[in-house]
Amino acid sequence: MRRVLVVEDSVSARAFVRAVLEGPEFAGAAGGCEVLEAQSGFDAMRLLPRGPYDLIITDINMADINGLELIRFIRRSAHHGRTPLLIISSLRAEVDIERGLSLGANGFLGKPFTPEQLRVECERLIQEAIGGEAPPTDRQRPGGGP
Amino acid sequence: MAEGSGGRGEGTDKARDEFFSEAQELVDGLGRDLLALDQGLKKNQFDPELINDVFRGVHTLKGLSGLFGATRMSGLSHQLEDALDDLRLGRVELTGAVLDLLFQAVSLYTRLLVAEKGETGEPAQEVEELLVALGQVSGQKPGGPNTTVAQYDLDPGLFGVLTEYEEHRLRTTIQQGLNLYRIRVRFSLTTIDSALDELKATVRPHGEIITYLPTGAGADPETIELEILMASAGALALLRTVIVGANVTVEDVPRRTSASNRPSLLAPSPAEARVPEEFGGAGPAGGGARGGGRDGHGGEQRSAGGGSGGGHGGHAGGGAESEPSPPRSIAARPGPAAARGPARGSTTADLSLRSISQTVRVDIRKLDRLMTVVGELAIVKTAIARLTERARGRTTGPREIAIELQRLNRAFERGLAQMQGGILEVRMVPLGQAFDKLARIVRQISREHGKEVHLVVTGAETEIDKLIVEELSDPLMHMIRNAIDHGIEAREDRLRVGKPPVGTIALNAFQKGNHVVLEIEDDGAGMDSKAIIAAAIRRGMVSEEESRGLTPRETFAFVFVPGFTTKAVATDLSGRGVGLDVVKTNIAKLGGVVDIASEVGIGTKMTITLPITLAIINVLLVEICSRLFAVPLANVDEAIALDESQVRSIESREVLSVRGVSLPICRLERLFSLSRERRSNRAFVVIAQVADRRLGLVVDELVGQQDIVIKPLGKSLETVRGFSGATELGDQRVALIFDVAGLIEEVLSPGENRFLSPSPQTQDGFYDGRRKAESRVG
Repeated sequence: MRRVLVVEDSVSARAFVRAVLEGPEFAGAAGGCEVLEAQSGFDAMRLLPRGPYDLIITDINMADINGLELIRFIRRSAHHGRTPLLIISSLRAEVDIERGLSLGANGFLGKPFTPEQLRVECERLIQEAIGGEAPPTDRQRPGGGP
Repeated sequence: MAEGSGGRGEGTDKARDEFFSEAQELVDGLGRDLLALDQGLKKNQFDPELINDVFRGVHTLKGLSGLFGATRMSGLSHQLEDALDDLRLGRVELTGAVLDLLFQAVSLYTRLLVAEKGETGEPAQEVEELLVALGQVSGQKPGGPNTTVAQYDLDPGLFGVLTEYEEHRLRTTIQQGLNLYRIRVRFSLTTIDSALDELKATVRPHGEIITYLPTGAGADPETIELEILMASAGALALLRTVIVGANVTVEDVPRRTSASNRPSLLAPSPAEARVPEEFGGAGPAGGGARGGGRDGHGGEQRSAGGGSGGGHGGHAGGGAESEPSPPRSIAARPGPAAARGPARGSTTADLSLRSISQTVRVDIRKLDRLMTVVGELAIVKTAIARLTERARGRTTGPREIAIELQRLNRAFERGLAQMQGGILEVRMVPLGQAFDKLARIVRQISREHGKEVHLVVTGAETEIDKLIVEELSDPLMHMIRNAIDHGIEAREDRLRVGKPPVGTIALNAFQKGNHVVLEIEDDGAGMDSKAIIAAAIRRGMVSEEESRGLTPRETFAFVFVPGFTTKAVATDLSGRGVGLDVVKTNIAKLGGVVDIASEVGIGTKMTITLPITLAIINVLLVEICSRLFAVPLANVDEAIALDESQVRSIESREVLSVRGVSLPICRLERLFSLSRERRSNRAFVVIAQVADRRLGLVVDELVGQQDIVIKPLGKSLETVRGFSGATELGDQRVALIFDVAGLIEEVLSPGENRFLSPSPQTQDGFYDGRRKAESRVG
């Protein structure tokens, strides 16, 4: 059973992520997947103590506490310092994504993404964290290469 | 990059539903923000938060449309986002022309959403045209002005957690010479949202909040300490008196250099050279150089002023900064769509304001109250169960049981009534939802016509059934359009007659008993009743003699006749009738009526009266061949006993003489081919009326009046005319509800059909008023 925290201010984007992660392709192999939804940074802070989580997915462009501040908060916290963290953000926010990665996020997906891309990236981050063999992926880089 | 065609068939149907209602809400929000920006622009004020809200809305729409495979919407959002990014980062100046484009985008979004639901085709060409126009807005990016942030003693890690926009605001506010303050405040995690809103409201008049940083300090997991970075022109002492609280401290963000208050842009202090890596483009040139590496594209944008001269070319860069190129002002080039003139009118003429969202946002307290009622009903249920036990055990006499049952019945009825009221309340939304969109239309149309119009709204908080609000949007839009098109005079004409140059349209809403009244009042030219009567006589709608007895209300009612406006009518009237027949029909469908009052030179007032809800109606229950039917009481004129001796047959139709007036009657048992078990010797006539058309419905019994809940008939029966739905009655019997308008039309032959017209003589001139409206503007 996996537990994933999704931080995203758009209700339908949350519903999308939930549908994918609760779907049989992702949840099936792991004996189910519990998805917790936070609609803001504060909401996420309220839900963090209910961890541990196998994965935290966060948007960046949110009101009040933005995703970057949340990432820093998560990485500084005692319990979630090593939880895999996936940024889902518009690809145009290259600067923001870059900052998120340097704050300790483990990966990012540019919106829009397909269910398949989301599954693969989540699976990769979770496997990486438990030291398993991560399936090889073409990891996107913002701004296109070096 | 992903092709966002995912979603379907992935168990994401529910998510897709969410997408539609969220997207609609976002689009509505965009409209509101744009209106606020427009208001600000008129007063020469610019609220960066508003434009950022618009950006965030479009940004979210882009993400969503991509996720849910709405390709064209995604494309529009993408380009729009670029333009908005330029606006919020100060690369482009917000002008009326730019706002025009943004407003256009909002109405295109609505149409795209409808198209995405598969209800209409996509407005492909309009989107293309808007994209071209937007492309001209966000063409080149001269790069935002850089400022020396380094002189402030900020946490070097700060820039790592600022979004690009927040960083821009920080730089801009410093450049404007504002002071930076740090507010430290501790909140309880459970109440942080409301507490923060309060703090924001307090801070807002005194400056701008740049960002909120959770400090992570303190071991208490139930509270959170925030460091709020704020820019303000005010002094520390002032802020300390404003921002007060037990857990709040306000501090200056100290400056590193001892230089003057004004940021020394021309001579960067040595400290600048030590700008930490995260500062990115902060160092005038260094940022650009570094930007070539990890920071890529973003760094390049921000440091364009500094050029690519590496090393410490700071002075050159600084020189450029001190005179940042002013944001480009976009010349009024609203793009090809606008250039075509008349075609532009069609953007509002065929546009619908109905939102596609079927959801209602409900205040949780309303649901709580309903829950309380459910609790009370549960108590009643338990009491009934206990009573049943006692009755079975025969320990209680029938009389006591009856008394107890009566008491429970009363409690039950009370609960049910509360429940009904509560659910109705949940369906209620403020009319303001429709008004916001109208304000947008007013702005757009008045700009198209070059007329200045001021919209004054009162009673936006008046609540009405969500369904009615939706159905009301389009008729209201037509009426407002009419008021601007044909009511409000040109500026010169207004000045000539001593009116204020800016026209006023007042939109008033208020509740009146079980009805909501909406008034649309303009201070324009008004309508000439003499000209209307002349036209009506010319069209043979009324005789010269009859016309003398017409009340003003009857006179203005001619305006609602389809195609009433023709070239033959005096020019000051032409166009008045555009779409108004459609308006009247739509309002009638909602069970409402429209009235007009007008005075030449003073203005016109249209009044719409509507029921508060459609879901529950008062009906007259009748019985035909032992079957129950419901006639909406709003359509019942009177019910009388049938006197067969008064029935005559005229042209194979039965007519009943009621007080000297002949009334066509319909024997429903024959119409519905019902078989009768026993002959009844008495019958009643329910005189049903829609507008001024009457039909006598012959029924066996009058059962009584009742409030009923309308339920739809379902797909297989939805094409059947004459019924608007069904309802379940207390004794589990089902009654069909007559759609009286449909029934009348069905029964009375087309030759007699004057369903849409207020005057008995109208046979000619029936053509589609709506089509006419389109051809006029097209």
